[in-house]
Amino acid sequence: MNIESNLAGIKSPNPFWLASAPPTNSGYQVMKAFDAGWGGAVWKTLGVPVINVSSRYGSINYRDTRMAGFNNIELITDRPLADNLKEIEEVKKYFPDHAIIASLMVESKAEWHQIIADVENAGADGIELNFGCPHGMCERGMGSAVGQEPEVLQTIVSWVKEVAKIPVITKLTPNISHIVDPGLAAVRGGTDAISLINTIKSIVGIDLDTYAPYPVVDGKGTNGGYCGPAVKPIALEMVKELAKHQEIQSTPISGIGGIENWRDVVEFLLLGASNVQVCTAVMHYGFGIVREMESGLRQFMQDKNYHSLDDFIGKALPNVTEWKHLNLKHKVVANINPDKCIGCDLCYIACDDGAHQAIKLDHTNGNRIPEIIDENCVGCNLCALVCPVEECITMEQRDNGKENITWDERTQAGTIPSTFDDDRAGGKHHFVPTVQDALKHWEQ
Amino acid sequence: MSEYSRPETEAEYEINFAQKKPLMSDSEAYYESSRCLFCYDAPCVEACPTGIDIPLFIKQINTKNITGSADTIFDANWMGNACGKVCPTGVLCEGACVHKHQDVPVIQIGRLQNYATRHAMDNNKKLFAPGVDNQRSVAIIGAGPAGIACACELRTLGYAVDIYEKRSKPSGLTVYGVAPYKITNQEVLDEIEYLQNQLKFNIQYNSSISSKEDIQSLEHKYDAIFIGVGIGATAALRLEGEDKNGVVGAVEFIEELRMNKHNTPVADNVVVIGGGNTAMDAASESARMGASKVSLVYRRDKSSMSAYDFEYKLAVGAGVDSIFNAQPIAILGDQKVDAVRFIKTKNNNGKLEYVPGSEFDIPCSMVIKATGQAKQKALFDMIDDLDIDARHRIVVNEQFQTSNRKYFAGGDAVNGGAEVVNAAYDGKMAAKGIDTWLNG
Repeated sequence: MNIESNLAGIKSPNPFWLASAPPTNSGYQVMKAFDAGWGGAVWKTLGVPVINVSSRYGSINYRDTRMAGFNNIELITDRPLADNLKEIEEVKKYFPDHAIIASLMVESKAEWHQIIADVENAGADGIELNFGCPHGMCERGMGSAVGQEPEVLQTIVSWVKEVAKIPVITKLTPNISHIVDPGLAAVRGGTDAISLINTIKSIVGIDLDTYAPYPVVDGKGTNGGYCGPAVKPIALEMVKELAKHQEIQSTPISGIGGIENWRDVVEFLLLGASNVQVCTAVMHYGFGIVREMESGLRQFMQDKNYHSLDDFIGKALPNVTEWKHLNLKHKVVANINPDKCIGCDLCYIACDDGAHQAIKLDHTNGNRIPEIIDENCVGCNLCALVCPVEECITMEQRDNGKENITWDERTQAGTIPSTFDDDRAGGKHHFVPTVQDALKHWEQ
Repeated sequence: MSEYSRPETEAEYEINFAQKKPLMSDSEAYYESSRCLFCYDAPCVEACPTGIDIPLFIKQINTKNITGSADTIFDANWMGNACGKVCPTGVLCEGACVHKHQDVPVIQIGRLQNYATRHAMDNNKKLFAPGVDNQRSVAIIGAGPAGIACACELRTLGYAVDIYEKRSKPSGLTVYGVAPYKITNQEVLDEIEYLQNQLKFNIQYNSSISSKEDIQSLEHKYDAIFIGVGIGATAALRLEGEDKNGVVGAVEFIEELRMNKHNTPVADNVVVIGGGNTAMDAASESARMGASKVSLVYRRDKSSMSAYDFEYKLAVGAGVDSIFNAQPIAILGDQKVDAVRFIKTKNNNGKLEYVPGSEFDIPCSMVIKATGQAKQKALFDMIDDLDIDARHRIVVNEQFQTSNRKYFAGGDAVNGGAEVVNAAYDGKMAAKGIDTWLNG
């Protein structure tokens, strides 16, 4: 089994890269990371060094889970370029087969040309253009300010490609309504690869005593960049958008956004990413988490009999379609396994208050096991999602698998609802309790 | 064989009687509260005699609204802090937690409850206020959990309340009768002080209501009277040699232990007679006081004991030996007890029979009788038209009103001996009953 990764000619022993962020601030950290098992590292963005503030990170804790979401207001490197270049050179001596990518962010064409020569001389294997930072740097016309202007983005990519001898990755910001626009601009500018997503513009919370947003800097705060497990779904969707686009799909993608374990890695690859970049998970648990990723990836490949990453990169893409192409005849209904049910009755109240009133519950004689009302169940999954017991509520297929009609086909056939009170409304004959039925709960 | 060494100092006593439900740290409360599923129509609420909205108060802890959490608890149970520690939660709320059905540890509801209420008490959070003065007054006999709960509820309704307590401390068996490893004296008294500071009810200590004149004076002075006197001293075994030195009642022994702590005299070799929770407590406590041999003797088989299984296990874990199917027939010794003579018993279709010739002696120098308590019959007899059932319990209706309409009652005096939480519930409901009756 071979898990070597090749992103536009940048080779690494595995697809696990560190994203450009605090974990790649120094040669010391990158050395430790490579030793721990990481295949590549995108160096903390180089440019004219900044001055950072104290108090830089904020997080969303969900119940007992720390850092389900994470945001930061740290800027690019605050260390002199020469120090960074020297360390890149040293690390490459120890790890010649690992990938070191120099993330760059400067303003003028002259600066771009100068810094590209510098990092190539230091031995970097590739360049990543930071067009994503949504805080601080964008106020100065860099970072996401570039990523949000496809024309400017394309121009800068072309400046870079004029001189770069090593592959160029363009890193995109998600703070845009249509990710294809900057994606296309990067391709048209000549980029060798695309990485996404950078962080999402965010306010992670407000201090309820000082009324300042986190992280609080002397009584004030600013928007930060949001990342961590909470952003993965947004990243997956954007990776898919580019991987399916006709003009972009031949450009390799490095997937970024909330990746913490092997499942996340495989999901990004299945949606077309050639490798992945990780930051928040390392900031939470350290470099050691890569062992779980590698072990899980290898087990997955063994179970599925894959020999290389290319065997499954993009394999989920054909199954991602538009809503209008989904089969309207497909029918699933929830089933509760009474032997596993612990009687929390969250499914009942979730369905009754939050969905389609398809679960009945009779507490007489101490019973706490709810029952699905088959004819009312629309197969929405909510009960199965809230159930705290593994494999207790399952969704069972009820259609015969032979019929297939989509919204698109019905539109063409002229059989879709077209007036406000159309008899063909999907919920026309579906059970809905009466307004007065709510009164019964008041009596209890 | 017990492994506890005899405590010589208060510090050693506190080690031997370490709290079974210690105060949670902020982190522990946060993580534990995170595990609550927030069940719909939650079975823990159903299992709580006071119906505390448990999922709500746990969620409030998790969102750091700990004062609000304490409010939720006290709103249902005026003894909310003590109950978090002394309730048999394993057979009440925690016993109903659905996590048990999937072999996941149940939520530590009692400790979470105590965490929230302690937060409010320790930070002196103001949660309650007396109602607008309604010019009526109620006398309460007994400052136990029933009486305190009744007083608190009446104060919120605007009644003036005077509690007459025969002892020098409030909260009844919570401070005098509960095993020391369940709650400390100070924590019990802190809760009463916290409630009293905000609700301003009077407690007259060392004020026994013991004569017809006392009763008449109360009836003259107050609009209603609540009886929360609990149950009385340990009943006599009516056994030969029962009067010898070294024979004590369990209730009296535990009271002395709660008050005198490590200075309580406990012999090296102790026999505890009984099969209820009080017997388990007394046996466990004797072992923790350093007795090298404690024998718990019950006349029927193990499954017939009224004690909770966890209380029995706690005693066994403390080093107590148990002997079943043995009935005491005599206490031996000169002035002082030397041994207890037992005879073996057998169950013949539900009827307990002696096994002829099976007598045996257990040498000991201390006997603790935990075979039931006398009821407060003397007091009850002084009150006109007060219906008492065959087991000397006061008969009340759903409003906790007695056959003498001016009197209401609750707690052990009515139920014959139950938990603090039951008494707290009765007291609160009786207050509502009084209010309904006086406004009827």
